[in-house]
Amino acid sequence: MTCIEARGLRKAFGTTIALDGIDLRVEEGRILGLIGPNGAGKTTALNAILGLTPYQGELKVLGRDPWTERDLLMRDVSFVADVAVLPRWIRVSQALDYVAGVHPRFDRAKTEGFLAKTTIRHASKVRELSKGMVAQLHLALVMAIDAKLLVLDEPTLGLDILYRKQFYDSLLNDYFDRSRTIVVTTHQVEEIQDVLTDVMFINRGRIVLSCSMEEVESRYLELMVHPNQVAAARALKPIHERQVFGRNILLFDRVDRQQLAALGDVRTPSIADLFVAVVGDQASQAQGAAR
Amino acid sequence: MTSQSNAIPESESRGINTQVIAPAEIPATRRMYWSVRRELWESRSIYIAPLAVAALFLVGFLISTIHLPDKMRAAVALNPEQQHELIEQPYDFAALLIMATTLIVAVFYCLDALHGERRDRSILFWKSLPVSDLTTVLSKASIPIVVLPLLTFAITVVTQLIMLLFSTAVLLGSGLSVTTLWTHVPLFHMSLGLLYHLLAIHGFWYAPMFGWLLLVSAWARRAPFLWAALPLLAIGAVEKIAFNTSHFAAMLGYRLGGDPGGAGFPASSMSMDSPTHLAVVQLLISPGLWIGLALTAAFLAAAVRLRRYQGPI
Repeated sequence: MTCIEARGLRKAFGTTIALDGIDLRVEEGRILGLIGPNGAGKTTALNAILGLTPYQGELKVLGRDPWTERDLLMRDVSFVADVAVLPRWIRVSQALDYVAGVHPRFDRAKTEGFLAKTTIRHASKVRELSKGMVAQLHLALVMAIDAKLLVLDEPTLGLDILYRKQFYDSLLNDYFDRSRTIVVTTHQVEEIQDVLTDVMFINRGRIVLSCSMEEVESRYLELMVHPNQVAAARALKPIHERQVFGRNILLFDRVDRQQLAALGDVRTPSIADLFVAVVGDQASQAQGAAR
Repeated sequence: MTSQSNAIPESESRGINTQVIAPAEIPATRRMYWSVRRELWESRSIYIAPLAVAALFLVGFLISTIHLPDKMRAAVALNPEQQHELIEQPYDFAALLIMATTLIVAVFYCLDALHGERRDRSILFWKSLPVSDLTTVLSKASIPIVVLPLLTFAITVVTQLIMLLFSTAVLLGSGLSVTTLWTHVPLFHMSLGLLYHLLAIHGFWYAPMFGWLLLVSAWARRAPFLWAALPLLAIGAVEKIAFNTSHFAAMLGYRLGGDPGGAGFPASSMSMDSPTHLAVVQLLISPGLWIGLALTAAFLAAAVRLRRYQGPI
């Protein structure tokens, strides 16, 4: 089943084009990483998918139009749009009561289970919790919703590394069950690359690369060239070249592995390196490009 | 995005799927109920402010009952009408004070209702739940239009009851008859009048004002109070300068004066008398009421639409 389907998705803010005619198809059971520099259109794309912003073009999420049917869609979609959007005045117990009161697919016992593993008390107000605890609470609420699609926009921004690790571990172990679909954006690419099944690079409102992780592994190779083989390696038309500790590292798209192995050490590039290679040149002007 | 390469055996995912029990629908009334409760959690001034005012008033009143026996003795000399006025006065004053408090609370509540959630970004959380913008806006509108009038009624009646019982105790303690007091403070009769006043005026007649405040609250990026007040002043001023008339100001005054149909409810007196048939009919046939309700609906519809477009500010 197709979870998200978009054709010619466009969105402009005044003269700034945030989404420039995106085509997108996400099947059920995938974990898609949406990766791009700041201002690339990631959040705009997610907002369109979540019915938070109007758009031009065709978009169906779980067969619904998100803009006109947001409330119905939210029975099957949950999202963490940002850290710290839980209202500061609410008590933990009130947050549980409210979500249980309005959400048909919320399993309160599950949230209680997650919270029992933390130091969050029911009587606390959100304003009394630390940033990490608020994120934990939000995640505990979201993971107890039996949703078909979960959207996470920078879910771990500003949180420490221990928490970030825990976050993705519990997402995979306690939540993801292959009948769900997850779309996640983050700047900490290296932390999620083992989690993803698919990756999509987005830059300046356009999709630059969209493929499954298997495809990434079979298509792209990184070669640490023997110093005396540099010229031969360059002849194979690498898509990107960089230097680390005086050694040249070349990235190839669809080049035979054996051919490369003769020239140096071959390995699969990290998503971050691939991102820099594919998006890097355009994005290097934009501040805060993903590493 | 392709999925041919999903490495997970189909049977496993089927197994998990079958464990999912089809959840029951949540009726719209329940979503509304929880949305209204949420408003009460967030804005505790809705009930704390009138309770505090009632408590303060009671403290003052209880102290004043030292003079009650003297007052009752003096009242004997007056004619029945003056007697009635003298004895009923503090009860009317209590109602007036509590009503004024809840009106102020209602105004500030409305101005913050759809602005605060955007300011603290929590709108992103609320919008992640299956509650429509219509339900949200209606739940917020129900606070000044339904909840606050009923709350005002309950708090006022309890306050007046405490006043009456305490006065009775004081009078009995000083060996005076309570008949005069009880005939001039017809609590049940007063409560009916109060309830009618609250529903008719605070609920229906003021509804467009609350609708307008909610609309501004949904629209303004900052300073909703100024945006709510200044355009009205500006329209009045422009009309005065351009045509040297003040129809707009008169219209506003007519609305805020709480005087539907020009009869039934003299704005100057917060009458505690039960409504007459005539007053009810006059209210129901006054075009002002229906125009006001239509305006309220238009303002709220615009607020619903705006909330759909609005994100955090």
